[in-house]
Amino acid sequence: MQYNYKVPCAKKNLVDIRDFINKALQNHFDSEIDIHSMVLAVDEVCANLMIHSHNCNPNDSLELFVEVQKQEVVFEIRDTGNGFNFKDYREPTIQEIISEKKKGGIGLLLVKRIMDKIEFIQNKNTNICRLKKKFFNQ
Amino acid sequence: MISILTETEEDFFIINISGEIDASSSIHLDNKLGEIIKSAKKILVDCTNLKYISSAGLGVFMSYIQEMEEGDIRMILFGMSSNVKNVFEILGLDQLIKMVETKEEAKSLLNAI
Repeated sequence: MQYNYKVPCAKKNLVDIRDFINKALQNHFDSEIDIHSMVLAVDEVCANLMIHSHNCNPNDSLELFVEVQKQEVVFEIRDTGNGFNFKDYREPTIQEIISEKKKGGIGLLLVKRIMDKIEFIQNKNTNICRLKKKFFNQ
Repeated sequence: MISILTETEEDFFIINISGEIDASSSIHLDNKLGEIIKSAKKILVDCTNLKYISSAGLGVFMSYIQEMEEGDIRMILFGMSSNVKNVFEILGLDQLIKMVETKEEAKSLLNAI
């Protein structure tokens, strides 16, 4: 089953993104905690892209795809901004975040803990962030 | 999307958060918490009506941990739903930020510290 949604890059739209992911997953999962975690992971990626790749420019947009397969869910967030260089991402420790009083930096950490696989792919002008979550007994 | 109300009970400063804290709304929590820790010593955060928190909200709480320790300011969160609590637990923040079920538990814990 596939779902897709296109949304302008404005932070106020994050609530609509969460609503879209939530509705797509409600049809396939029973566990509220699992659904909530996956909604959170997609929200984190979208917030990062809106802020860091698009400077929250509402003329730019993100396109979301959700595909529920037999044993996993695949999320894709596509955009045409400056691609996120995942290789440059260094995972901060919680202690570093506290001592540096940083308010950001843990979004991707959450995504990594929630999802089973994260890929950043550049395909011509399109950047694709692909998240995969395996599931059992659904 | 987010509403933050404050009140005092005895010597406790209570912050009541309703709605969703994300990258768009976390600034309101940041401003409020930044203002409150200038004068309060015992802070209770009522999360009963908090429906959602993302890393932006977690980041706000984390950014004040050190300042609170240095200023001998104590803060406890209470009334979280299991979904919201799980977000703190994913990163192990439940070990750094105290959280309990009820306001009464929060008050007695704060008085005992």
